[in-house]
Amino acid sequence: MSTMSIEKPRFSLSTLMQNGNMLALLFMLPAAVFLICFLTYPLGLGVWLGFTDTRIGREGIFIGLDNYQYLASDGVFWLSVFNTLLYTTVASAVKFALGLWLALILNEKLPFKSFFRAIILLPWVVPTVLSALAFWWIYDAQFSIVSWSLIQLGIIDSPINFLGTPNNARASVITANIWRGIPFVAISLLAGLQTIPQSLHEAASLDGATSWQRFRYVTLPMLTPIIAVVMTFSVLFTFTDFQLIYVLTKGGPVNATHLMATLSFQRAIPGGQLGEGAAIAVAMIPFLLAAIMFSFFGLQRRKWQQGGQD
Amino acid sequence: MNTQAQSESQALTDTSEGMSYLNRLPRRLVVLYLPLAIFVFVLLFPFYWMTITAIKPNAQLTDYNNYSPFWVVGPTLAHIRYLFFETSYPGWLVNTMYVAVASTVLSIAASVFAAYAIERIRFTGARPVGLLIFLAYLVPPSILFIPLAYIVFKFGIYDSKLALIFTYPTFLIPFCTWLLMGYFRSIPFELEESALVDGASRWQILTKIILPLAVPGLISAGIFAFTLSWNEFIYALTFIQSSENKTVPVGVLTELVRGDIFEWGALMAGALFGSLPVVILYSFFVDYYVSSMTGAVKE
Repeated sequence: MSTMSIEKPRFSLSTLMQNGNMLALLFMLPAAVFLICFLTYPLGLGVWLGFTDTRIGREGIFIGLDNYQYLASDGVFWLSVFNTLLYTTVASAVKFALGLWLALILNEKLPFKSFFRAIILLPWVVPTVLSALAFWWIYDAQFSIVSWSLIQLGIIDSPINFLGTPNNARASVITANIWRGIPFVAISLLAGLQTIPQSLHEAASLDGATSWQRFRYVTLPMLTPIIAVVMTFSVLFTFTDFQLIYVLTKGGPVNATHLMATLSFQRAIPGGQLGEGAAIAVAMIPFLLAAIMFSFFGLQRRKWQQGGQD
Repeated sequence: MNTQAQSESQALTDTSEGMSYLNRLPRRLVVLYLPLAIFVFVLLFPFYWMTITAIKPNAQLTDYNNYSPFWVVGPTLAHIRYLFFETSYPGWLVNTMYVAVASTVLSIAASVFAAYAIERIRFTGARPVGLLIFLAYLVPPSILFIPLAYIVFKFGIYDSKLALIFTYPTFLIPFCTWLLMGYFRSIPFELEESALVDGASRWQILTKIILPLAVPGLISAGIFAFTLSWNEFIYALTFIQSSENKTVPVGVLTELVRGDIFEWGALMAGALFGSLPVVILYSFFVDYYVSSMTGAVKE
């Protein structure tokens, strides 16, 4: 109704454009209210909480950098930083390599291609917590199907304690994360591959390029912009991962798989230390910004050098 | 969208001659089919394992020596019956559905207006606002859940479905707006101009011209938003306490896992039926899905 009244003087396009600002404000209002109330405000509040000693059920007071000073001397916090970096680096690198490989395979002429494309995306569609439960069962200390198969094949003698020792647990959660992340990388890169004109490949092969050279000097440069975006997203989601760890190990054994997100949850919600949890969450922001800058600008620069437009 | 579709079809027709040296069968087997088979096996095995565990009688679950673990003799519905009649699982399913549908509808409505305003009304500052929306999408829930818990508590909606319906749009609105901006951009501006000349109001243009043309975009955004809210975990875990308000992922993890004796059959049945709704939705809309996923990345 109110939009109608604003629209009244519509005899010239220029007045309409001037009214546009008012109208746009009205149109933006629902989204803006939501995002300001539940995104911008909490973001600011989170930073503020990090400077207070708020607990569940008790208002906090400003305590300056105390939370951060405490965290700086907290071995578990630094372990979680190390774990997060390890988890993100290894999982993202492997996801990228395997995802690109799968995308290249799917880009070939294959029977039932769209069927394969559809089922490959499944791990990404299914709720992480529920697929993580399946992994929990697969990683069972006694009845793991992987251990059983390896024993039957004569490769190992006793069941692997997947989630019981620090390094096994790290490898196991990283594997589960890779499993879930490959489809996203593969399907996104496949969409990028399909925009590369085949004629470039033909020209390169006529000039005697080997398949590796065609990949290295045709496919990869053409794909770089989309790799940058996909990997930015991938790094971002891996770095802030919570669900997988929470289901599989809850940070254990002896904090070996605690990520910053799970540690922040554990300190804030079951532990009740909202202020300290918020400080851990805030400590993730610089890493996130660095990761975004690195993967986005680092990879995108090449495109500018080639004189492409974004 | 159009240019993308064009170039895709162009690339597809181009391939027909393409790299024929790869066509020798033995080489194709080793280079293409074998890795593909391994990928498909690894990516699908957990689902197979989930399904087969859900219908295995308890006796066979852990007895790998007498029964092949990869198959099931005399499948049983006992786990599923237990899940649906002796736990709160059906309630969780209803909750998840309710929360996912409500937050999706809310987000799509808000996003349509926002995307239209940014893309077509071109108000002062539309570009920076568009960029801010994209940045909002990059803010991860694991940073927001603590202050949000605080806010939700202050609003008095803690431990209610409203807490989830109001907080899920924080990641749905940025995503849907971003996606719809791309779709609106692909609708020719001339259509809108001629409607303006004919005296249509902005509201009429939006409802009679833009929205009907953007239906594929709305479907993409809708199913994607539904899936994201169905899969959401950390907010639901933090904001919900009572069993009757829990969503499937939280309920399965916090109430079906108890003590040291894991009822793997019931757990896997819970995981299976919690995945089915999104998988069914996905199977009907694969292409919309792929286009919304890649669209969000490409723009």
